[in-house]
Amino acid sequence: MVKLLEITLKRSINTRNMKISMTFGRILKNGIQNFLRNITLAVAAIAVMTITLTTILILIITNATLNNTISQINNKIDISVYLKDSITVQQKDTLLTQLKNLSEVKSVKYISKDQALAIYEAQNAGNKTIQSATTALGINPIPATINITPITPNQLEGIKQFLDEPSVVALQATNSSYSGALQTAINKIAKTTRLLREIGLISIIVFGTTSVLIIFNTIRMTIFNRRDEIQTMRLLGASTWYIKGPYVVENIIYGILSATISLAFVEIMFTTISNSLQASSFGLLDISYSQYYFKHNFFYMLLVIFSIGIIIGAGSALVATRRYLKYKTKR
Amino acid sequence: MIVLDRVTKNYNNKSPALKKISLKINAKEFVVIIGKSGAGKTTLLRLLTREERQTSGKIVVGGIDYDKLKDRNIPMLRRRIGVVFQDFKLLPNKNVYENVAFALEIVGKTNAQIKKTVPRVLEIVGLTGKEKSMPAQLSGGERQRVAIARSIARQPKILIADEPTGNLDPKNAWDIIKVLEKINKYGTTVLLTTHNQEIVNKIKRRVITLKDGQVVGDHAKAEYKHT
Repeated sequence: MVKLLEITLKRSINTRNMKISMTFGRILKNGIQNFLRNITLAVAAIAVMTITLTTILILIITNATLNNTISQINNKIDISVYLKDSITVQQKDTLLTQLKNLSEVKSVKYISKDQALAIYEAQNAGNKTIQSATTALGINPIPATINITPITPNQLEGIKQFLDEPSVVALQATNSSYSGALQTAINKIAKTTRLLREIGLISIIVFGTTSVLIIFNTIRMTIFNRRDEIQTMRLLGASTWYIKGPYVVENIIYGILSATISLAFVEIMFTTISNSLQASSFGLLDISYSQYYFKHNFFYMLLVIFSIGIIIGAGSALVATRRYLKYKTKR
Repeated sequence: MIVLDRVTKNYNNKSPALKKISLKINAKEFVVIIGKSGAGKTTLLRLLTREERQTSGKIVVGGIDYDKLKDRNIPMLRRRIGVVFQDFKLLPNKNVYENVAFALEIVGKTNAQIKKTVPRVLEIVGLTGKEKSMPAQLSGGERQRVAIARSIARQPKILIADEPTGNLDPKNAWDIIKVLEKINKYGTTVLLTTHNQEIVNKIKRRVITLKDGQVVGDHAKAEYKHT
């Protein structure tokens, strides 16, 4: 008896699974067929989707390139602290530890008097007057130095405050490099780079949202064109998913094709530019870095662009069909 | 059995399209509904397919009380009723074969069952050989036949035909009526709305006359009378 029940149950599960796969197959088939039979509508939708996806792609690359340029500038910004010859090793070590513990500090590098001299001489290798002057003095006039790299240039002020504490000032031979005209210049750079980063982020949000809306609207229009078809299927007794499914499939196809075209377009664009311009840079945008970024993050881009294409395509189809599938509830 | 009990339908506060209509149609009956444009024929059929909801009154079809029918069960109801729409409502991106097959797909028929049924119903409506034609390539009469083929493919218990002969020449019109009579013979309840006096007189079935949203006549084996 139990066995018979088991067999019946198994059979009904099998039949159900078969039905599900049959329905899924039909939805897929209908979606592909709709795509092929509405090719003019498809071309228009794909064109719009390709343009918006390409915009997003270029924006991501531009933003990465901009950030790279900003990081490069930021890495060059540091503070040099010149130590008095008279300070003890213990005082020096304490200062180094204190600096390392500051939250604004990314790294600290100690340069001894001898190293500092060597660097100074190397920097002025061509200048015989300076070289003879240092030799003539007989002593090393260059102070030991601590180079402090901040996490971001905007945090220099915090470090500066620490350096200006009387106990720390007492250890310094002269003012740190972050003072006077240099301080003003660095602050300007810091402000500009921060602004550029913000602009990058805002433009990604603005263009991203606009692109999503444009794609959604395009799909809404294509589905609006076929609202009678949806309503007819509804009247014939088709279930919600049996109606929506093919539209979702169709729009996923749009998404995949548009994403592929936009990736190919950007790839071709970079190849052409690198051939003709030999990797030049437009102001803050280093084209060779853009190309490097695109090549090295290709799979990330692929993932992002395909996800956007597919998710927005499918999502728009789901939302756009909904209004034509509603039953009349008004009496 | 179809039962309408004091059914009223109002559209946007205008004068009601149907006024307290009460009707009883037995299983396997063939009923002709006549009346001028605006008499409420189409509204009546739209209420039966639950395309619209009645403002008041009660509708029970095949034991299903429409007031208790949940939205998610509407597809189930519609699968049991075959409808031939006045404007055909064929799916423009599907050919003749696929249009008929679609009605079977949505009720979960297997491919083998579909392959067997579609050619048979296309033969009944005289469309053999037109399987691959798209709706846009067909004449009005042919489209009407596809719509009929689609509605009978599922062998519904009830068939509603809204002016199925409206756009056809007398010969085609008569062919369609013959198809409907044949289906009725096999046990399907048929509700037919028409303007065609000749058809009404010839088939001699129960005739319900609507005027200004009210039933003004209900006669067995009746002939057409000007309302």
